[in-house]
Amino acid sequence: MKILVTVKRIPDPDESLKFAGNAIDTSSSKWVANAFDEYAVETALRMAEHIGNKDRLAEVIVCSVCPKDKRQHVTQFLAMGADRGVIVDADETAMDSQTVAKLVAEVFRREGCDLLVSGKLSQDSEGNEVAQRAAGLLDLPQASFAATLRWDRGANALTVGREVDDGVETKTIPLPAVVSVDLRIVLPHSVKNGATADDHKYSDGARLASLRGITMAKRKKVDVHTPAALGVTPSSHVAVAGVTAPEKRAAGQIVDSAQTLVNKLITEAKVL
Amino acid sequence: MSNVLVIVESDGSGPKAAALPGITAGQQLAAATGGQLHLLVLGASPDAAAQALASGGYGASAVHAIAGAELEPFTAEAWTDAVVAAVRELGVTAFGGTASSTLREVVPRAAAVLDAPIVTEITGVTGADAFTREISAGRAIATLKVSHAPFGFTARASDFAPAEPGSPATTVSALSAGSVSRRGATVVGVEKTQSARPALTEADVVVSGGRGMREGANFKVLEELTDLLGGALGASRAATDAGMVPADLQVGQTGKVVAPNLYFAVAISGAIQHLAGMKGSKTIVAINKDPEAPIFQVADYGLVAKWEDAVPQLVELVRAHKGG
Repeated sequence: MKILVTVKRIPDPDESLKFAGNAIDTSSSKWVANAFDEYAVETALRMAEHIGNKDRLAEVIVCSVCPKDKRQHVTQFLAMGADRGVIVDADETAMDSQTVAKLVAEVFRREGCDLLVSGKLSQDSEGNEVAQRAAGLLDLPQASFAATLRWDRGANALTVGREVDDGVETKTIPLPAVVSVDLRIVLPHSVKNGATADDHKYSDGARLASLRGITMAKRKKVDVHTPAALGVTPSSHVAVAGVTAPEKRAAGQIVDSAQTLVNKLITEAKVL
Repeated sequence: MSNVLVIVESDGSGPKAAALPGITAGQQLAAATGGQLHLLVLGASPDAAAQALASGGYGASAVHAIAGAELEPFTAEAWTDAVVAAVRELGVTAFGGTASSTLREVVPRAAAVLDAPIVTEITGVTGADAFTREISAGRAIATLKVSHAPFGFTARASDFAPAEPGSPATTVSALSAGSVSRRGATVVGVEKTQSARPALTEADVVVSGGRGMREGANFKVLEELTDLLGGALGASRAATDAGMVPADLQVGQTGKVVAPNLYFAVAISGAIQHLAGMKGSKTIVAINKDPEAPIFQVADYGLVAKWEDAVPQLVELVRAHKGG
């Protein structure tokens, strides 16, 4: 079993945005890993590990389209526990998501992977496209917005609880397949691999890298490809024509006590 | 020819209410391109819903129905086959609809098969090929220009008024999708959300706690306030990451996006990613002991106080108000 996980670097979402002319200025941004990708790697690791045993049920490969010297997020995920990395050396900010999906799909094919796991969206562009596109390009079944996942190794299939508008849909897909993960996938009991005890309680959220993991990460293999070597010609059929700041919310008021607050909520805002 | 195809989810007898904003986006786009609006209904027996759409008109020139047992229940795999076939058969310039969980799965997959670009979660149509959408957790609004046909779109429901029937009726035509396959996927069913409290995204009132609550047990007093107001309990990422409350209570870009009538942010500093999840709320109340906390910049009412003092007082005052 080989699991490919897409990971992306994004400008630190906790930094304030700088606007330069008609665009966002990221020249001085700190780049960090996309939070949903942390959930995706956590999902893959929970599938791969057999708690209480040394054997691993899957190899976890993290894949990123980024300049090869801007790979800190890849190293971070190797430290978290992924087995190795694949980098497609390119300026991902100049590509559309179809190009990124083609690159991911090609890495998936060449590696002979069984499962692609992606975060549901990236926190900067918020496209929510790449996993579904890769599934379409690979002509594989997909389960987007996963909140729970059970791996039935006997049937070589996944049963996925998907966050849909009116609840949670349960969908079973045969492998190979594509899954995108939503927030609740990192709750303590969301991922079951049939080997680790079903009642095993993972800690809530994506795991942090251990000191040993950080040391090990430097020794893990990272392959670097170019888009040309993967046979993909980058395209950009969607251009950002401009970026502006949204309208500011009108300034509010500071009240002096809980009593004043409740009075104002009753008489002024009329919400109580 | 620059026609627009909107995929309309049906409830069996007509369009789902959630599909109507997507039709409005399609109307605006067709007006911008000077082309016609076409509607598409998919299902095992889509005729009744297609007929209802055709009778209502909805500004469309034609309604198309694709029938197939494989199309129900919904799977992205089978629906993509049908959508791709329709886009090719009709030669439309644009295809899409409401940014529902259904179309957020289908439109990108279909676009990949068609080697087409898409614009997702658009908030406005500003030209035949130009759209606005929020990026970076609502901190910026991007104008996108598309330079390829066909292209896909999904429209954010809160930014387009639901389309209304009443325009001239049109006719239904049956389309063939050719071969439609679920690729081995099976849908077991949908478990509708159930909780003693309303869903976070639907609640009228949301009470959220942050890092300053220090530990899970301290959320009890917030729950008291929540239940008095018939609301939903939320939390900042700092609080869920610290394990104080379950991760699915997280409000923010990486959690749930909420827009209640009344939002309480208690002991929440106001990190950008949290603001992205709640700044659409009608009235925002912030309680924080730090007068410099960024949350006060978006709050309608700010109370600089320790939650230990302020929240129990609030509970008593609200209880007194509700009681009498």
